[in-house]
Amino acid sequence: MKAFITVVGKDRVGIIAAVSGLLSQLNINIEDISQTIMQGMFTMVMAVELGQATLAFEDVAAKLLAEGEKLGIEISIRHKDIFEAMHRI
Amino acid sequence: MIDNREILETINMIRDYHLDIRTITMGVSLYDCISDNADTTAARVYDKITSAAGDLVRVGERISSIYGIPIVNKRVAVTPISAIGAASGGYLKIASAMDRAAANIGIDFIGGYTALVQKGATAGENQMINSIPEALSQTKKVCSSVNIASTRAGINMDAVRTMGKIIKEVAYLTRDNQSIGAAKLVVFANAVDDNPFMAGAFHGAGEGDRVINVGVSGPGVVKTALEKIPLGDLAEVSEVIKKTAFKITRVGQLVAQTASKMLNANFGIVDLSLAPTPAIGDSVAYILEEMGLEQVGSTGTTAALALLNDAVKKGGIMASSHVGGLSGAFIPVSEDAGMIDAVSKGSLTLEKLEAMTAVCSVGLDMIAVPGDTSPEVISALIADEAAIGVVNSKTTAVRVIPAYGKSVGDFVDFGGLLGRAPVMKISTLSPAKFISRGGRVAAPIHGNKN
Repeated sequence: MKAFITVVGKDRVGIIAAVSGLLSQLNINIEDISQTIMQGMFTMVMAVELGQATLAFEDVAAKLLAEGEKLGIEISIRHKDIFEAMHRI
Repeated sequence: MIDNREILETINMIRDYHLDIRTITMGVSLYDCISDNADTTAARVYDKITSAAGDLVRVGERISSIYGIPIVNKRVAVTPISAIGAASGGYLKIASAMDRAAANIGIDFIGGYTALVQKGATAGENQMINSIPEALSQTKKVCSSVNIASTRAGINMDAVRTMGKIIKEVAYLTRDNQSIGAAKLVVFANAVDDNPFMAGAFHGAGEGDRVINVGVSGPGVVKTALEKIPLGDLAEVSEVIKKTAFKITRVGQLVAQTASKMLNANFGIVDLSLAPTPAIGDSVAYILEEMGLEQVGSTGTTAALALLNDAVKKGGIMASSHVGGLSGAFIPVSEDAGMIDAVSKGSLTLEKLEAMTAVCSVGLDMIAVPGDTSPEVISALIADEAAIGVVNSKTTAVRVIPAYGKSVGDFVDFGGLLGRAPVMKISTLSPAKFISRGGRVAAPIHGNKN
């Protein structure tokens, strides 16, 4: 199952390390990463594959949310289908 | 591959502009629950609802988590209870069973305490309609609707007369809770079988055993999109709304298909709705004001709303394989911050709202009027709205709250999605003789289409 993780918040040291460390623990493969600063906010988009993940999607989402709260940033994950439904005919 | 701009656009729509799935509503047929014993019927109704829709909330939450989009309400709509209870006459027992089943499975509302009497009513239907005040005052989640007119049948003015009294009685019996019962009762012309929205959802006679209908929302998304073209002409305005409605509806289609699969139910329809909530920034009124009106209720409001309604339908229709329900912009006063503000300032009147209902989805919705409004005035308001629906071959409805003990300028506050409504001025001139005549208003000439 492919999904996109988005990270939005104030830039600081260690965001990518923290997120990728957590994904590694959950056996989630990162297929692509891009990041930019939008309106002064750090914005990162990660394309990930959850086929071998050790937790169910909802639990992965909860872990990412909790990690974001720890870092003071917003981390969310969404199945790729919602983006394809909205932006591809 | 989806690019980052598209990903962030979706995220912004959900996070900042209130894009949500307003409701996943499961339609459940209760025909197999009919018996001539009231207790048996009620027990079967309870069992059918809890088994058919037992997983609805869990599945809704799972879908919400996977796609990262709020699903605000999970609801059930059942076969009109006037038919299910006809053999036993145990209508109140069925209402109680519906309410207990709804509480047990954790849904927000259950609709279908309904009678369809557009041409005439049976003894059972009259009994059921007369039980509505008690049913709504004794239950928490049950919603009720009565269809009193259609383009094919005309207007059943006997039922119109009755409903004025019923609405008053519901408001009185729930007077300790701001007459909230009236917010759960809607009177329709041209009611539809697959509406996912409350209070008017019921599971039509021609539907399958279990059906998933989804209502989307997103007035905030449309308004934000329009902010980007402050100088665009109205053709551009329409194009922007169409594109936005397409995107919103595609999410509804995805959620409806996923939910149908997970719940082993038929995919029914996506309702191309633009439904506001009381949250700031989630208002249909603000869209009309973004188009260039000083405030909703001004001259030009009806034209702007007609444009909006048309563009929402045109944009949404290609995004879903099956479109239905009420489909269009909703204008419930108490549920829309911009409407509340316009009424409070005297900019938006009941008469203007009536005109607006001729060009958009549904009708006079969530409108509080003084508690001493006579039943005949309410009946005549229903008749006016029904005439607009019948003549224009569209659904119209009246959900009006004669707020007990309140007068013009007071507020009723229901909280949650039902919001807060300023009590509006309504004409006190008497239509009593007109209403007392009863009988039927004949179907319009274009109702005879064969």
